[in-house]
Amino acid sequence: MAVTGFILFGFVIGHLIGNLQIFAHPDKINAYAHFLEALGPGLWLIRLFLLATLVIHVWLAAQLTLENKAARPEGYQNQITMRATMASRYMRVSGVIVFAFIIYHLLHFTVRKTHGPEAYPNTVLIDGTAVRDVHSMIILGFQDPLISIFYILAVGLLSWHLRHGLVSMFQSIGWRTRTWSNALNKIVLVVCVTYFLGNTLIVAAVMMGQVRIQNPQLAGYACRTDCEICGLHNAAKIVETDDVPIDNQS
Amino acid sequence: MKITLRVWRQKDGNSKGKFEEYVAEGLNPNMSFLEMLDVVNENLIEKGEEPIAFAHDCREGICGTCSCMINGKPHGPENGATTCQTYMRSFKDGDVILVEPFRAKAFPVQKDLITDRSAFDSIMQSGGYITARAGSCQDANALPVSKEIADLAMDAAACIGCGACVAACKNSSAMLFVSAKAGQLNLLPQGQPEKDSRVTNMVAAMDEAGFGNCTNQYECSAACPKLISEEFISKMNRDYLSASVKGLFSAKAL
Repeated sequence: MAVTGFILFGFVIGHLIGNLQIFAHPDKINAYAHFLEALGPGLWLIRLFLLATLVIHVWLAAQLTLENKAARPEGYQNQITMRATMASRYMRVSGVIVFAFIIYHLLHFTVRKTHGPEAYPNTVLIDGTAVRDVHSMIILGFQDPLISIFYILAVGLLSWHLRHGLVSMFQSIGWRTRTWSNALNKIVLVVCVTYFLGNTLIVAAVMMGQVRIQNPQLAGYACRTDCEICGLHNAAKIVETDDVPIDNQS
Repeated sequence: MKITLRVWRQKDGNSKGKFEEYVAEGLNPNMSFLEMLDVVNENLIEKGEEPIAFAHDCREGICGTCSCMINGKPHGPENGATTCQTYMRSFKDGDVILVEPFRAKAFPVQKDLITDRSAFDSIMQSGGYITARAGSCQDANALPVSKEIADLAMDAAACIGCGACVAACKNSSAMLFVSAKAGQLNLLPQGQPEKDSRVTNMVAAMDEAGFGNCTNQYECSAACPKLISEEFISKMNRDYLSASVKGLFSAKAL
């Protein structure tokens, strides 16, 4: 559980950092998504590895639960809880909801089947490469308040799940010692709150209109090149210095 | 003082049990919980009824024989005390007290509040020993042990093997007991020769006995009458991991 949990934790942190690129120019996240997609078989290796890790994590959790239920066939009439945290007692609940969310999330943004084709636009990067417009897709995805609330709820539960899981991971491999168990506890709290706020920031920024669709076909207007609001001036600089496609040079 | 007891009554291991109510009156608040049960039993015997069976021995909190889940907590409401060291002053006049046996697959109920905790003995037999040199005594202090390690080993050795950790754990895991018993020896120089085999054998015996798994909630430590820290579980996990890795690469017997 600890090893698979650690791998999955590493992934969600990387995923959040990748997603935070939505606050930069659309080309940034679109080029990043294009880069990942262009890995081809490599991407599938990573995807299969992560899926296998997730399946093993869930499988071990189920096995653990069954063994633990079997260890006390006849329960108590009354049993009080002394020290166990709420997060630790509801790991199964948070885990199952997060698992359901992952399935929906994959269908939504990876398989791209929960919405019609209009929710999955394409665009061209400044260098002329035709790519999926992930930037607009995310914004379109969070237009529905129900979906946005589900996303916030799911990352909230995942952060709560990690609140117990991360400390637990260190205990399970014997790295939680008296010297730093209190420090570890506080560090994990900060990590979990930061993770939650980071994810919520993306959804909140879209819902409050702070991050807008910039795809000219969808927005109905093209951005000015001298505008500095969303960082397009940086992209303009790229045009000046980097390899420029031949048809733009004329 | 007057209290109402709701006690688990079960004829033997094969019978079905149920809760029964008894009213105990005229109790002295300075009676221990077990003395209160003695008074209730005296009355039951006088009435010609079967007394409540409960396990007890030293009655001074050092033998680990007394057990009982009292109002949902092993050994009753006090922190760091056994049932025999819990006094009626911890309860209020007129209270209803629920008394249940420890519940775990590895601790089958034998009668009323008595459970068979011999699973702990099999765990001890699998690794709770050291090899000692036969012959005359060694010189005192021939093996230097630092104060920190000696203190830590003593903390683990405080375990009286009562089973409250198993009773309190939501998963009926015996990790705190096993980690205390393995830890006290693994910390000291005398325990080094069997360190790896001790931890692997004791964990195997624990799994064999049908105890649950640790989910790091530390209810065990909170319920422990000797307040043994869950830090020993972390140490056991560390020792187990190291023994397993070493086992992968160690030379095999011919």
